[in-house]
Parts: sequence; C-alpha cells; structure tokens
Amino acid sequence: MENKTDKNSYTILFAIGMVLVVGALLAFTASSLKPAIYENVRLEKQQNILYAMGINDNDESSAVFISTDKAPEAFNANIKEQMVITVDVDGNILKTQTRDEYFSETKEEPYLIDVKKEQANLKAGKPRKLPLFVGEREGQTYYVAPIYGKGLWDAIWGYIAMDKDMVVRGAYFDHKGETPGLGANIKQRFFMDDFYGEHLLTESGVFKGINVAKGNADPKNKDKTDNEVDAIAGATITGDGVTAMIKSDLKLYKPYFDNLKNSN
Amino acid sequence: MGLLSKKDSKLILDPLADNNPITIQVLGICSALAITAELKASIVMAISVLFVLGIGNVVISLMRNIMPSKIRIIVQLVVVAALVIIVDQVLKAFAYELSKTLSVFVGLIITNCIIMGRFEAFALANGPWRSFLDGIGNAAGYGLILIIVGFFRELLGSGTLLGFPVLGNPIPGELTGLYALGYENNGFMLLSPMALIVVGIIIWVQRSRNKALIED
Repeated sequence: MENKTDKNSYTILFAIGMVLVVGALLAFTASSLKPAIYENVRLEKQQNILYAMGINDNDESSAVFISTDKAPEAFNANIKEQMVITVDVDGNILKTQTRDEYFSETKEEPYLIDVKKEQANLKAGKPRKLPLFVGEREGQTYYVAPIYGKGLWDAIWGYIAMDKDMVVRGAYFDHKGETPGLGANIKQRFFMDDFYGEHLLTESGVFKGINVAKGNADPKNKDKTDNEVDAIAGATITGDGVTAMIKSDLKLYKPYFDNLKNSN
Repeated sequence: MGLLSKKDSKLILDPLADNNPITIQVLGICSALAITAELKASIVMAISVLFVLGIGNVVISLMRNIMPSKIRIIVQLVVVAALVIIVDQVLKAFAYELSKTLSVFVGLIITNCIIMGRFEAFALANGPWRSFLDGIGNAAGYGLILIIVGFFRELLGSGTLLGFPVLGNPIPGELTGLYALGYENNGFMLLSPMALIVVGIIIWVQRSRNKALIED
C-alpha cells in the first residue's frame, strides 16, 4: 500500500513548506539579532585596538581584554586620532585624513573600516584606505594598524602597535578557525608578547617585517633586531600566515612613517 | 528508578558504556580527532552536541509521521543546520565571548555522524520523550570520550589542563616542577593521529574488561 507521504506531490509540497518555514525562521532570527551582534563586533574592535597598545586586564599568563563596559570610555580617552591614509597601487600616499574629515565624508568610523575589502580594492587596482590609530599612554605614542590574512583553515587578523620608528610596542592576533592547541595559540600571550620590541625595519631602514621562524637560533627572543620571532611547533602554516600579513599590510604604512620622520 | 522506567534509563545509560557511539558504534570519530587537543574545546563540543542532539531528536521524532521518506535525509540536515545556526546567532548576540570559542564547532556539529545516525536509527521510529532520552544519552557518551581524550592530549601535549599549567613551567631557563627533572611535553600528542591512538586505547581497555563486546 502506498503511503500518502510517499507521493511525489506531497514530497515537493513538504520540501517547499519546509524551506519557507526554516528560511523565515532564520531570516527573522538574523535580522532581529543583528543590532546586538553589530554592537558586540564594534566593542570587540575597540578592545582589540586597546589591547595592542597595552590597555588590557591581562593576568599573569592569559590575555584578557578590558571589559566591554569600560572599552568605549578607554577608547575615547586613549586614542587621540584615527587617521585614514589612502594609498594607490604603487604605495604612494594619495591623501591623509583625520577621523573628523573621514567621518564627514563617509559617515563611517575609521576603526570599522573592513580591512579585507580594502585589500581587495588594492588588488583590483583601486586605492586602498589604511586606518591608523594614534594612541597615547603613559607619555608614549602608539601607532596601531590593523592587519588581515589567511591561516591554515580560515581568516586570521590582528592589530600591531608601533612607535614612530616602526618598532613593535604591542600585538594582538585572532583567528576564525585555526586548530585548537596549535594554530589557535597565536592569540595566546606567549606568542603575542614575543613581538614586543621587535623591529619591522632592518638596521638600514628598509622594511623587512617580522618572520615567524622555525628553528630560530634565538628561542627566548633576546635579539630584537633580527626581524624574527619563534614559531609555534605544529602550526607552520598559521605562522607563515602571520608573517605574510605583517609583511604585506604594514609595508604600506612605511611611507607614512617616512613622512613623519622627515617632518620632525 | 523513580523518575525513569527501567527501559528509559537504559536509553541514557547504555550509550555511556556498552553502546558508546565512539568506541562501540565508531561514529563521530572525525570531530573526536579534530578538536580534542584541548580539554576546554572538548567540553564545549560535548555541551553543544548534547543540546543539538537532544532537541534535534525531539523535532525529528515529532515530524516522523509527516516526513516524506524520500527526502528524509535532507529534512534531517535542514533541522540540524537550522538549530545550530540559531544557537550560534543567539550566542553571538548575548554571549559573544562564548560564541567565538564555539564558531569553530558549528560546521563540525552539522556534519557529526552521530546526530544523523540517531535521527535515522532512533528518532524516526520512536516518540519524542524516548527520542529525547536517547539523544541525551548518546551525546553524553560521545562527550565522555571526548573529554577523556582531551584530558590526556592536553596534559601530555601541552602540560596544561583548561589552560592552567599543572606540570610546572616549561620555559627554558625558568624550569620548574616536572620540567626541572628533565620531563618534556610530547608535541605529537597535539596532532590528530594521537587522538586515534588514545581512542584505540580506550576501546582496548573497554573490551578487555567486558568480553561480551568483542566481535568475532
């Protein structure tokens, strides 16, 4: 005997009904939660930038952000300016805008600029916007730049705080889906703290980046001018991704720092 | 048993040992290899699967009489995927920190063969309450193995548990605890093949204690 649920017409109707119900349910959930999610993402970016310049609730061994309720206040107090530098394909600076100039033009906060989209612009031969956050803490000026790249499984990104000589003064890394215990450790303090004090330039002032190196002769990272930090064992590809994003993204800021030096 | 009848409590207790989804049915091995390098990840995954399998089994069981059998696998997939995405979105809005740890697992939950396996083998033929118990039992059995494997891999591979150093300080020059005696972490434990070997040891121990489990 044939069941009514085995008929083709029933099957098709069921499938259509199911898609409509599930689709509506997901669309409803997504759109009603969107503002709350956006707010979380926004606060996280502020926490990330503050973390890179050393404003965090770190305890002895683990990385802890400043709490979300304190982040906006700390962000306003410590970030003195949010620059937006526009560069062309050859790396020449087209214009440099302050936060207010940029905001009146685009109605967008510079710290919310989508780095991935800007990278795609440059690849397509269009100008790229580079956000640079100028912060001050305990008498020192920090220049914080976002970086974005690929790990083993998915996206990795971070923020690097530098001084005016492009010496790293703090780093924050995060990832979407690196392997727990291996590549995911790029957001652990033992890895991020290693970057502190590393030079991005060679002694002669050429941009070299920082190499996440295996078989490093300097595992305790005493030598800060070798442009190298020690890699995480078992996470070669994630480490290479960190090397690559530092190199390709921070290189573009070099002309800005050159101008900064010359104008002083 | 006051709360559950003998038959019902069997649904929960069986998958914990004598009918464990990983060690006896050999399902869900892929995620058991992928995420057990850390104890915390194992626990998070165990809880997520408990939730999805418990609810999913009930939903499928309620739909079992109206579901066209020709497309039942697709219907099951849609139910799991929708559940997981809703949970993910709600966590992103209200528990953002937790959602970041979980995001890795979203894809792994959808493709977890234990979930599809229980839908097919149990929920399609049983009522919602029994399906719920079966879902909870199987997820707990899965989680138990995950946590055991995660415990040994993190302890022997990184010398930590839930991120806390328990064997001393391994940084060269500042050695304390076991490391000062010459002990070294076994980095191989962090790689997936070792999860397979740990699962293998569990299977061995379990079957040598209960000969009835040994197939010819």
